[in-house]
Amino acid sequence: MHRLTIAQLSAALRRREFSSVELTRALLARIARLNGPLNAFLTITEETALAAARRADEALQSGRGGPLTGIPIAHKDIFCTDGIRTTCGSRILDNFVAPYDATVVERLHAAGAVLLGKTNMDEFAMGSSNETSYYGPVCNPWDLKRVPGGSSGGSAAAVAARLAPAATGTDTGGSIRQPAALTGITGVKPTYGRVSRYGMIAFASSLDQAGVLARSAEDAALLLQVMAGFDPRDSTSVDEPVPDYHAALDAPLKGLRIGLLREFFDAGLDAGAAKLIHSALDVLRAQGAVTTEVSLPSLPLSVPTYYVVAPAECSSNLSRFDGVRFGYRCENPHDLMDLYKRSRGEGFGAEVKRRIMTGTYVLSAGYYDAYYLKAQKVRQLISDDFRHAFEQVDVVIGPTAPTPAFEIGAKVDDPITMYLNDIYTIGANLAGIPALSVPCGFVSGLPVGLQIMGPVFSEARLLKTAHWYQKETEWHRSVPKGYE
Amino acid sequence: MEWETVIGLEIHAQLATRSKIFSGSSTAYGAPPNTQANLVDLGYPGVLPVLNGAAVRMAVKFGLATGASIARRSIFARKNYFYPDLPKGYQISQYERPVVEEGTLDIVLEDGSRKTIGITRAHLEEDAGKSLHEGLKGMSGIDLNRAGTPLLEIVSEPDMRSAKEAVAYMKKIHTLVRYLEICDGNMQEGSFRCDANVSVRPMGTQKLGTRAELKNLNSFRFVEKAINHEVERQIEILEGGGTVVQETRLYDSDRNETRSMRSKEEANDYRYFPDPDLLPLAIEESLIAEVRSTLPELPDEKATRFVREHGLSDYDAGVLTASRELAGYYESVVKALGGEPKLAANWVMGELSGALNRDGLEIGASRLSAAGLAGLLLRIQDSTISGKIAKEVFEAMWSEGKEADAIIEARGLRQITDAGAIERAIEAVMTANPSQLADYRAGKDKLFGFFVGQVMKATQGKANPAQLNELLKEKLKP
Repeated sequence: MHRLTIAQLSAALRRREFSSVELTRALLARIARLNGPLNAFLTITEETALAAARRADEALQSGRGGPLTGIPIAHKDIFCTDGIRTTCGSRILDNFVAPYDATVVERLHAAGAVLLGKTNMDEFAMGSSNETSYYGPVCNPWDLKRVPGGSSGGSAAAVAARLAPAATGTDTGGSIRQPAALTGITGVKPTYGRVSRYGMIAFASSLDQAGVLARSAEDAALLLQVMAGFDPRDSTSVDEPVPDYHAALDAPLKGLRIGLLREFFDAGLDAGAAKLIHSALDVLRAQGAVTTEVSLPSLPLSVPTYYVVAPAECSSNLSRFDGVRFGYRCENPHDLMDLYKRSRGEGFGAEVKRRIMTGTYVLSAGYYDAYYLKAQKVRQLISDDFRHAFEQVDVVIGPTAPTPAFEIGAKVDDPITMYLNDIYTIGANLAGIPALSVPCGFVSGLPVGLQIMGPVFSEARLLKTAHWYQKETEWHRSVPKGYE
Repeated sequence: MEWETVIGLEIHAQLATRSKIFSGSSTAYGAPPNTQANLVDLGYPGVLPVLNGAAVRMAVKFGLATGASIARRSIFARKNYFYPDLPKGYQISQYERPVVEEGTLDIVLEDGSRKTIGITRAHLEEDAGKSLHEGLKGMSGIDLNRAGTPLLEIVSEPDMRSAKEAVAYMKKIHTLVRYLEICDGNMQEGSFRCDANVSVRPMGTQKLGTRAELKNLNSFRFVEKAINHEVERQIEILEGGGTVVQETRLYDSDRNETRSMRSKEEANDYRYFPDPDLLPLAIEESLIAEVRSTLPELPDEKATRFVREHGLSDYDAGVLTASRELAGYYESVVKALGGEPKLAANWVMGELSGALNRDGLEIGASRLSAAGLAGLLLRIQDSTISGKIAKEVFEAMWSEGKEADAIIEARGLRQITDAGAIERAIEAVMTANPSQLADYRAGKDKLFGFFVGQVMKATQGKANPAQLNELLKEKLKP
């Protein structure tokens, strides 16, 4: 059962080939057997999963329910789940049981999805390798010595290892797409404002966006359909109708104008990966797409811009973790300042502290204009670059990450090299546009991702492009050894 | 040397919305601690603020009432600092782009002249919670009921030159926000609070002196006392050859002194930046027009009308328009009387206000309705009773809650207008006081008042005063 996609599972559940309870039990057993070395799941919600599966079976039996009824999924541990521990990968929330459901959780629950558990992640989503988690690194099922990418590393590894057919993730600078690329799965970051951020623990509010990690564009479309849409509880969510993503998948690709991003094919890109991207373009051209080169001159500034904006917002967003109302509190504080300093000092990991300090610095009196304000201006330029590009082309294509998965520990001591991992993904967050990553081959046995970006609210177009590519290729069907 | 005082005020008016500025919790005062704080107010992980449209409308209303410009696009910013009663570690406020800018308000000075005070800005922000330190065995408690309550912070220009001017301005703002029904003005409950920026400079110079910010001024009286005290303190320092340091000082009303809270060097760097959880606040022309159509007649407009149409003095018009309820009461009395605005004004400002003050009541809780008071004044008008008797009737109405006519009848207070009866009373008084009569007739005119008093006494004050005067003059003639 674990080999089937959501589309296939959904059909099988309807035909009563097996029940949701049977499917859920099978995946829980698989998680119990395989999660240990992967460290993809932080919390497994067996009891509530089986209860939800039973309800789904009842619904299916009486002919009710939609395409996700009875489908098991996993949530990144950044989404608040009512009555279930929600850690955000941090010691400071080690004891935190959320008292409410995030909108994403609520919607998927209402659609009948069965929650298997919560997945590991970089602490507060700050990382590109899942090594900053308080709960230890996640291992890449393609090579356990290597990282799965981050910050949604647990979700990516769980889907790649067939422990869950799909999982939610969040993407602030590439945290869905990069791990999807490094684990050979499909990851979608929607337009900023497409999916509600309510109940999603904030890292950088103007960049954070919830999305999907799945095995195919088709499965991603089924999940996104339920997750997307206006939420009055999130002032930045957009009241824009949600198209039928699944129905749009098979619309013809002919005439699609693809822009090749000149800035993406730079010296930092692995030569083998570059070759795979070009082969992928051949496949799309064969389907009737036309390609031209486009340039986004401001794009090379995206990493420094991001590492001003994101830490600035995080330094403020993480102030609420003060040991006063919830979460970790130090032992025997002798006064208020001691309570703050030690609760936060002991509760946060090194990378989170680094970003809080950076962010505090760039917002400080005397530095605000030189850093924060300047970064906002560059952000506008990057946004404008994308807008101009999308006047000429329908989508922009390039690599998702500069290299395949690297070894655990290889970059932990060098934050700058680590940050450069997001060089191709950050632009979409700064511009608020949707982007996805699909597997497009292997370099030395490790998956490589192809990134497709489009103008705001073009998710249907991106999913269609990815779907056509997946109809013509088998890369997304490759399974890591030992997880077949 | 002669010194000039320069004062600017920052007034925090709690907006009278039912729910908080960024959450659906109730803003009602006095609930048990932490029963009116939901996950948004508690700053839980993952929650987001959603702006309360009613608070925006109230800010617009204030802006329109002070002739200010309403920003078509204003920005919510985060003011970052750590404090236990600030759940998120930042306060959502407005910093560089406030919703209201450049308004004015006229105040009346002691000599009766008018002065225009500039309003630099008014911005929306959320209140913090409260830290409780008493009765907790040395621990501190936090009550977050108030966290997220909408505030309008109204910042004046440094236009005031004395504590009295500052109080006049503060009172005027207090009157205005209640007229607009955007703030209940309750200072005990903290719905209306004030900080004062105070500095002094040599008279005739332009450059502003170093200022101190006075906090915790929660009554009009304290504002005046604290400013006067601070001015003295600063002058003393300067005349002693010292320099005033820029700092925040807390007013202690028990000791009538201010003491330093923190200096400029110790001040927080609040690291303001636009709140990414909230979109810029866009205000459409249509909203402004709609709010404008709900503006009531403002105190100054009302006072001008009372002077023009009712013939009241500026002073009386000012007193009667100090609150919308008082003005409404007065107008109802005039209407029920069918005129006689001066009579109505005198009674509202005199007996009625006195009785309210005595019992510590607001006009809204008056024991005597406007119709009731008009009923009494009608009896003065038609000579059923004299003004003096009316005061007795008023007291009876106030304490017994009955109508004027019922009291007049029950107590037999109807005025004596029968000339024969008054003449008989006069004659009796004359007979009983032969020496005074002789003195009067010998030219001691002052004794006329004595005879009036005696006759009034004899008639229990019920003789019609005008008639009595006339008849007495006649009778006393030699």
